[in-house]
Amino acid sequence: MDCYTANWNPLGDSAFYRKYELYSMDWDLKEELRDCLVAAAPYGGPIALLRNPGRKEKPASARPVLEIYSASGVPLASLLWKSGPMVSLGWSAEEELLCVQEDGVVLVYGLHGDFRRHFSMGNEVLQNRVLDARIFHTEFGSGVAILTGAHRFTLSANVGDLKLRRMPEVPGLQSAPSCWTTMCQDRVAHILLAVGPDLYLLDHAACSAVTPPGLAPGVSSFLQMAVSFTYRHLALFTDTGYIWMGTASLKEKLCEFNCNIRAPPKQMVWCSRPRSKERAVVVAWERRLMVVGDASESIQYKQLTIQVLLDRLVLRRLYPLAIQICEYLRLPEVQGVSRILAHWACYKVQQKDVSDEDVARAINQKLGDTPGVSYSDIAARAYGCGRTELSIKLLEYEPRSGEQVPLLLKMKRSKLALSKAIESGDTDLVFTVLLHLKNELNRGDFFMTLRNQPMALSLYRQFCKHQELETLKDLYNQDDNHQELGSFHVRASYAAEERIEGRVAALQTAADAFYKAKNEFAAKATEDQMRLLRLQRRLEDELGGRFLDLSVHDTVTTLILSGQNKRAEQLARDFRIPDKRLWWLKLTALADMEDWEELEKFSKSKKSPIGYLPFVEICMKQHNKYEAKKYASRVGPEQKVKALLLVGDVAQAADVAIEHRNEAEMSLVLSHCTGATDGATADKIQRARAQAQKK
Amino acid sequence: MAFPHRPDAPELPDFSMLKRLARDQLIYLLEQQHEVDKLYKVENKPPFSSSEQLCFLVRPRIKNMRYIANLVNADKMAGRTRKYKVIFSPQKFYACEMVLEEEGIYGDVSCDEWAFSLLPLDVDLLSMELPEFFRDYFLEGDQCWINTVAQALHLLSTLYGPFPNCYGIGRCAKMSHELWRKLEEEEDGETKGRRPEIGHVFLLDRDVDFVTALCSQVVYEGLVDDTFRVKCGSVDFGPEVTSSDKSLKVLLNAEDKVFNEIRNEHFSNVFGFLSQKARNLQAQYDRRRGMDIKQMKNFVSQELKGLKQEHRLLSLHIGACESIMKKKTKQDFQELIKTEHALLEGFSIRESTNYIEEHIDRQVSPIESLRLMCLLSITENGLIPKDYRSLKTQYLQSYGPEHLLTFSNLRRAGLLTEQAPGDTLTAMESKVSKLVTDKAAGKITDAFSSLAKRSNFRAISKKLNLIPRVDGEYDLKVPRDMAYVFSGAYVPLSCRIIEQVLERQSWQGLDEVVRLLNCSELAFTDMTKEDKASSESLRLILVVFLGGCTFSEISALRFLGREKGYRFIFLTTAVTNSVRLMEAMSEVKA
Repeated sequence: MDCYTANWNPLGDSAFYRKYELYSMDWDLKEELRDCLVAAAPYGGPIALLRNPGRKEKPASARPVLEIYSASGVPLASLLWKSGPMVSLGWSAEEELLCVQEDGVVLVYGLHGDFRRHFSMGNEVLQNRVLDARIFHTEFGSGVAILTGAHRFTLSANVGDLKLRRMPEVPGLQSAPSCWTTMCQDRVAHILLAVGPDLYLLDHAACSAVTPPGLAPGVSSFLQMAVSFTYRHLALFTDTGYIWMGTASLKEKLCEFNCNIRAPPKQMVWCSRPRSKERAVVVAWERRLMVVGDASESIQYKQLTIQVLLDRLVLRRLYPLAIQICEYLRLPEVQGVSRILAHWACYKVQQKDVSDEDVARAINQKLGDTPGVSYSDIAARAYGCGRTELSIKLLEYEPRSGEQVPLLLKMKRSKLALSKAIESGDTDLVFTVLLHLKNELNRGDFFMTLRNQPMALSLYRQFCKHQELETLKDLYNQDDNHQELGSFHVRASYAAEERIEGRVAALQTAADAFYKAKNEFAAKATEDQMRLLRLQRRLEDELGGRFLDLSVHDTVTTLILSGQNKRAEQLARDFRIPDKRLWWLKLTALADMEDWEELEKFSKSKKSPIGYLPFVEICMKQHNKYEAKKYASRVGPEQKVKALLLVGDVAQAADVAIEHRNEAEMSLVLSHCTGATDGATADKIQRARAQAQKK
Repeated sequence: MAFPHRPDAPELPDFSMLKRLARDQLIYLLEQQHEVDKLYKVENKPPFSSSEQLCFLVRPRIKNMRYIANLVNADKMAGRTRKYKVIFSPQKFYACEMVLEEEGIYGDVSCDEWAFSLLPLDVDLLSMELPEFFRDYFLEGDQCWINTVAQALHLLSTLYGPFPNCYGIGRCAKMSHELWRKLEEEEDGETKGRRPEIGHVFLLDRDVDFVTALCSQVVYEGLVDDTFRVKCGSVDFGPEVTSSDKSLKVLLNAEDKVFNEIRNEHFSNVFGFLSQKARNLQAQYDRRRGMDIKQMKNFVSQELKGLKQEHRLLSLHIGACESIMKKKTKQDFQELIKTEHALLEGFSIRESTNYIEEHIDRQVSPIESLRLMCLLSITENGLIPKDYRSLKTQYLQSYGPEHLLTFSNLRRAGLLTEQAPGDTLTAMESKVSKLVTDKAAGKITDAFSSLAKRSNFRAISKKLNLIPRVDGEYDLKVPRDMAYVFSGAYVPLSCRIIEQVLERQSWQGLDEVVRLLNCSELAFTDMTKEDKASSESLRLILVVFLGGCTFSEISALRFLGREKGYRFIFLTTAVTNSVRLMEAMSEVKA
């Protein structure tokens, strides 16, 4: 029996504890840990150490060394710290090491000591230097909180999406607070700080004094404070050796304990075992460790999901293991294997000693067209490492041409980007690239590029048509597209120009262009229009009324309607209006005026080139049967029946049709025999038909 | 009348889902996000609104952006501050944002998108309501709507299952299909494992068949469109139709029982049918004579409402018919149709040309004249140079010099061209077509379009038997083929192509036709192995018209469906007709 209990020691009256070594650290540390800046990542992640973090007085030979170990002490990286003096170290949730310098610059390193990026915590921090800094984790990511030499706080709740927030001033704060911590409540990061016997809560809007419920009296200073990992609980250690434990909202006390040690503890942290409802605070002094516990409800958080686990393996470059796990867990490809392979590829492109060819081929061999793998993401990574050529090679494997475009633009391969955008069929994307090109190239080169890409050209033309008419003209000029230039100026002659001189000039330019385009027809028509415009202007001056912008036909009509027959004839001759048209035109105009006398004169002026049926029709349209009948007699034999029917002379129509022995004409007349008096006529036709059939 | 479907014809998918989807999205955008309480039409004048917030629901067009910019800038000048919101439908274009930026109001407006592209106009007709598609793509070479088409197809396949068989002809069809396939691949799995509801999809570019769209329509629905302009599935019947002093907006779809029976009928049958119907209705009314009180009560409560409704619809359509007859059965119209038929069949070309010239000289109608010129050009492989010049000259004299640009447009689109002397063009053509690989194809669109393509209509017509041989009278009451939609004179080319491909389930054996259509590289078949497709779904066919379809084509395919036991569903960028086609090409003075 005793072998089970042998290594258990009593803790208080009712509990026992035992101490045993889980594993030994592999590292070989020469310095005391106390002389180093130390940061351990959550969930058994890596440990970072900065040896000799001392101040700048040190000579260069004694530059500090940044070392990264796995949780079991396996060295991962070691580098000489050449940057400015460091105040604080911490790991982000993505296992990036954040190194906060005294000047407020935060340098970000990867798990393997690879430099990623840097950012500044702002001017105020730079001016007043960093006094203290904390890296903290919230559901949004990892944040950095800075206490400056001016005793002001600046924080960013998520370094992945850097938004600096300067916290309000704490009234009357002359020296650094005795202790402080970051908290996160209602999805907002706060700072809790202790000044003498008072506690203040800082949010981005206000500083408010707070009092923990049930705090024992007599406290003149808080020496240490600790918030649990989930920001649910808070522990305070006072100068009276008293520990207060409660909710972080400061609404409820969980328990209190007086340990009678007044020395400030080196460290105080919350701890709890998974699935345990017991929460405890561990307090450490130089040579003493104390566990203060409380049995209360607690919730198990599954923060370390399978995705995070896989991420961690990927970060440690344990790709095969990660893939095996994915396969074992039967994760969908997109979430599992593809993602790991994509990460592997991103790592692969950083191997600078391998040629572009080989890297690209190796990646394509392994990835093929695995669903969910984005070649453009990998290419972006390659470009980030300065390997533009590799990046372009990788982009070739990207099946969605649209995805290639943004990166190509970034790499200033705009012309390639243009062809890819066109290939994607996304006109919006094409337009985006066009505007890039327009800014990047000089006008001539830009136009040349367009010339080789008709789809882009028509897109740009459409835009110019509405927005940049001058550019449109230049485009046509560049292409020697005289036909379109001609059209352009014709349009300008009525859409852009108002004065008659301007309009005629625009037409002249158009005519010249049409001649160059060998479009004689259009050139001649344009010249005619110039003549017409000038003439119309003169007519307006001399006769009054509106002539401008009428067609030739309408101009002549208007002249006839206003009794200017001579001018009308002249204009008709000048513009070579064919006889037929002139007859139609005159006929219509005179009938409109109901000038029957003039119409009759006109009809007798010479033989009508359009026959006399139109005369009958137009008179009937004006309901003048009397006049119509005059012309019906002059209609030629072919249309005679039609004319007679029009004037309502069914009987005579029948006679003519029978005389013509024309079957179609006879049925036409028959279909008009609807009146009561037409019975005889109908019979007559029927008889004629019957006779015709006999023959 | 109104032939029933075969008993084994598949059911149509339920498109009301699309309507609900669109409506909910719009209500959400307008009410929840923007708190819109009043709607105005975007016109070229400032809205009479004193609201603190203006919300614009617009197509992503530069013209609209400038309208908004003018309005915002006017407000600024007047020292007025309001909030402005622009909702783009179906999507926002970068060019539009650019314009807002250049006009200096990008910071003043906020933008949103309403991804609505499919409006169910009827149980079998979806419209994207993009009339601008035709001019943008076929004239300006602007491919911005192709993505919208691909998205619409994608939406349909996510709602109604994958499409196992795709066919298409035309460059736009091909690009849309490729883009849509890409979308499907990217969002792999969404349609996987679903049972296909729609067995075949057929995509067709409007420029494959301009002829059909240019013809005068003589089936009732088409005739109503040609005469009164159907807009978004409804029509405004003026006082001459309603025989009152008011206009009436009437929805034209399958819900209208009277319309549903006559919509696909040749017009010559419609009047007779309607009067028969009126007599029946009268008889039903008359039954109430001699009813006792109880029967009367029953009649009033159960039948009267239905009868009255039918009565109302009947008198509307009779009114519409009278109005159409007044306009269309006049001698002029008869002659017009005669000329069209002559052009389709290819005889009396000289007479037809003279007819067109007279039409122009008399200023009968600018759009009609243009349409006839185009019909002559396409059916004759272009006008002979002398006619090309003289008809254009006469047209300019009648309607003004700005139509020089109209002619330039028509030539570019291949609608009105000059016959090429001899074989020079053919030689050039074969040279170019050798150059045309798939990807290069898009690149030389422009180069190509200026190079007049031969329409080869006569040869195609012969190959596909588009002009039915007439032995005696064509019985329009009991049509024997799709030609009935054009009085038996012509089978619509587009519909014939679809019929042929569906029959073969491929383009096999149609090589010569495809070549004559200038689509050698642009006719495709895409079959996926899909064993889940039921025999019923395999008889449900989605036809996608890129650039618009006419009601005549819809009627013709409905007829084909009834004959073969298929059901057709139509997706079009917009419902079109000859007038809209010509207006899209016409240059008008602003």
